[in-house]
Amino acid sequence: MYGRKVKFRFFFVILVLLTLILSVFLVLKALEENVVFFKSPSDVKFLGELKNKKIRIGGMVKQDSIEMSANELNFIITDFKNEINVSYSGVVPNLFSEGKGVVAEGYLKDRSFFQASKILAKHDENYMPPEVKAALEEN
Amino acid sequence: MFKFLNPSRIYLITSKAPKYIMPLFIVVFSIGLVEALILSPEDYKQSHSVRIMYVHVPAAWITLGIFSSITILSLSGYIFKNKNFFIIAKSLAPSGLVFNIIALVTGSIWGKPTWGTWWAWDARITSMLILVLFYLMFLLAWRIYEDKEEVFKITTIITIFGIINVPIIKYSVDWWNTLHQPASINILSKSSIHSSMLLPLIIMTAAFALFSLLIFLMKYNTELIKIKNKGLDRL
Repeated sequence: MYGRKVKFRFFFVILVLLTLILSVFLVLKALEENVVFFKSPSDVKFLGELKNKKIRIGGMVKQDSIEMSANELNFIITDFKNEINVSYSGVVPNLFSEGKGVVAEGYLKDRSFFQASKILAKHDENYMPPEVKAALEEN
Repeated sequence: MFKFLNPSRIYLITSKAPKYIMPLFIVVFSIGLVEALILSPEDYKQSHSVRIMYVHVPAAWITLGIFSSITILSLSGYIFKNKNFFIIAKSLAPSGLVFNIIALVTGSIWGKPTWGTWWAWDARITSMLILVLFYLMFLLAWRIYEDKEEVFKITTIITIFGIINVPIIKYSVDWWNTLHQPASINILSKSSIHSSMLLPLIIMTAAFALFSLLIFLMKYNTELIKIKNKGLDRL
């Protein structure tokens, strides 16, 4: 079989890997707050204190919640537990629509009102041709 | 175990292989392109921009696969003190870097019409960018250090740090809120991608894998010729 040195080097590599994995895991765990791209409406509800800092809120655009006026767009972001009213003026991505994922960047005015300065559409993991989608909706 | 790793014997096979892999690559890539650009349907939501996925996803898979291979090779090279593993790892790296950049660029091109932004500092995209940096470090180390023993040590250290990033890339979309969508293809559960779209994806992955193999063989042959010219009988 392999010599002692080969075995030692093997266990050395395993040890280094385990150490690195553990330290990276701990670092990421500690930085979780910053690693997440957006907060959900529920996260906002349980937020300690509101800071006047730019944040991102993500979730679904609530059905029948989009209201468009001359220079403002209002809609509700929901995670099906909590919701936040969002106000925005500017262009929205093509995929922005009711019942679809959205990420809004901007400032929290209070726990239920968000002034967005940028809207991103979130795409889900479902890919299918239009005919299949139509067939699914019929069922 | 490694007596077959005699450079002149390997060269006999690897110098002939590209001749057969090249036409195979051209055929598979052409079928893949026709399937991806013409025959496959458009998506119900993003319409034709879904076609970017047929380049983006295979490129991302290949680059992750190559980095994992490089790490396994470098670590095996270190454990068994076998130089050939390091040479194979070195020859694999360039195509890994190229596919990594392709994945980032096509993702960006897709992100603009879909998300509404070219770039977002979310966990998936950022960790993919970090992978580019690891590839660059790996390749630069080979350029910078003259002493072979030194190169082997440094590249092994780079891969052992870099490999931690690979599961982070894979699971970033499940562990944290990201702008990037979670995986559509699951081995254990039902995939959320329609079979008519899965087919071009698989063909393109095969084409990219063949392309990587081709570039790898060319690089590897060059390395073998270099060793031969030095008059060395073994690696």
